[in-house]
Amino acid sequence: MGTTAAVSLAIRVIPCLDVDDGRVVKGINFTGLRDAGDPVELAARYDAEGADELVFLDITASSGDRKTMLDVVRRTADCIFIPLTVGGGVRSPDDFNQLLRAGADKVSLNTAAIADPNLLSQAAERFGAQCVVLSIDARRCPPGVSTESGFEVTTHGGRRSTGIDAISWAIEGTKRGAGEILLNSMDADGTKTGFDLQLIEGVRSVVQVPVIASGGAGALTDFAPAVNAGADAVLAASVFHFGEFTVAQVKQTLNEAGIPVRLMTH
Amino acid sequence: MSIREIVILDYGSGNLRSAQRALERVGATVTVTSDFDTAVNADALVVPGVGAFAACMRGILEVQGDQIIDRRISGGRPVLGICVGMQVLFARGDEHGTEVAGLGQWPGMVEQLEAPILPHMGWDTVRAPASSKIFDGLADERFYFVHSFGVTKWQLNENTLDRQPPVVTWCTHGTDFVAAVEDGPLVATQFHPEKSGDAGLALLQSWVRSLY
Repeated sequence: MGTTAAVSLAIRVIPCLDVDDGRVVKGINFTGLRDAGDPVELAARYDAEGADELVFLDITASSGDRKTMLDVVRRTADCIFIPLTVGGGVRSPDDFNQLLRAGADKVSLNTAAIADPNLLSQAAERFGAQCVVLSIDARRCPPGVSTESGFEVTTHGGRRSTGIDAISWAIEGTKRGAGEILLNSMDADGTKTGFDLQLIEGVRSVVQVPVIASGGAGALTDFAPAVNAGADAVLAASVFHFGEFTVAQVKQTLNEAGIPVRLMTH
Repeated sequence: MSIREIVILDYGSGNLRSAQRALERVGATVTVTSDFDTAVNADALVVPGVGAFAACMRGILEVQGDQIIDRRISGGRPVLGICVGMQVLFARGDEHGTEVAGLGQWPGMVEQLEAPILPHMGWDTVRAPASSKIFDGLADERFYFVHSFGVTKWQLNENTLDRQPPVVTWCTHGTDFVAAVEDGPLVATQFHPEKSGDAGLALLQSWVRSLY
């Protein structure tokens, strides 16, 4: 065996697609797409650009549309050979199982895990920690809310306060079996002013599982600081959907900053 | 030349669909089943695996997977183990202090990796010897890993073998561990070729072609 660099694992670049009733929502502005709202077509596009993983967030509230999401997952898994994480509205081990059987590699839990943290343990026991992602929507405490770290967990897309310390929740979530944390900064989300580095550092310093940083990406130069703050993966949505820059450009920028990435060789 | 018939052993381990679709993509005909005779007699057998070592072993034993694999290997018929499907080929697994017997195709222990961040999750490079067939042309590629356990010491005494010594490919995450083994009809990868994009498909294609 030859000598190798201490870390050769590539930092992952992950596009996130919000899916409502089988269609991708939020602005999609790609040229050359037959149908910009079709999640399967978009997934293939991102795969070709070098996405290391994909996240589908099912934002459909009604459980009746769960079947539609399963069909989207199935069709995507049939043609995309990179890992797929699916989240949104997962409330039970059975929901979890259905998504895995449809072709999801990982399933993210958010609100349901806050309501019942046992769900994390149950899912990890049954399916393995490697496919249990704890999604945390965190924000700096607003006036009237106080936590030890200064960050709290929110629900309902950042609109509802829980008063739970986001850093403590990350620790508890991984103790209960989450194999990865999807860390969404609700303060940075949509601002395009960069990731919340303090939040990333705070979580990174207390957990031993991979951390995906999400929220705030607006420029190519935003990604390396998130990695340097401790993120193992970086996630973005609108900047990719609007074609402001590509996954390949993000990877090139990280590569130039000396950060290992998977570069496409073809 | 007929299309090769590949069986994916269905013993209750998750996400068999991805492996099936990836193998179909590279030209194989795939059946997912736990039927003993079908699995023994197929042109090739894939043993997938996700989750815990002990749970996978239980599932494999329930469908007599130990006998299926033994019969195939003694007859020189190809078997591909993926992720925990590779780990169970070793003699023992140690999860949180509890030892579980593996299938014993190779000596050695599957144990938790020593690394600051676990699981080892994502795209990593491997160090394949020049004699490797499955990594031929793929030396610089990255493959998708997701696991916390691995085999850190290759314990087969190659001097006592009456056959070609196995080709062992390594990866490093905190510590060196076995990323792949090519041992005659028995091939195994710790990473997921079916989730490793074009590089993974190319590797599977090499393997499928080797079945002719």
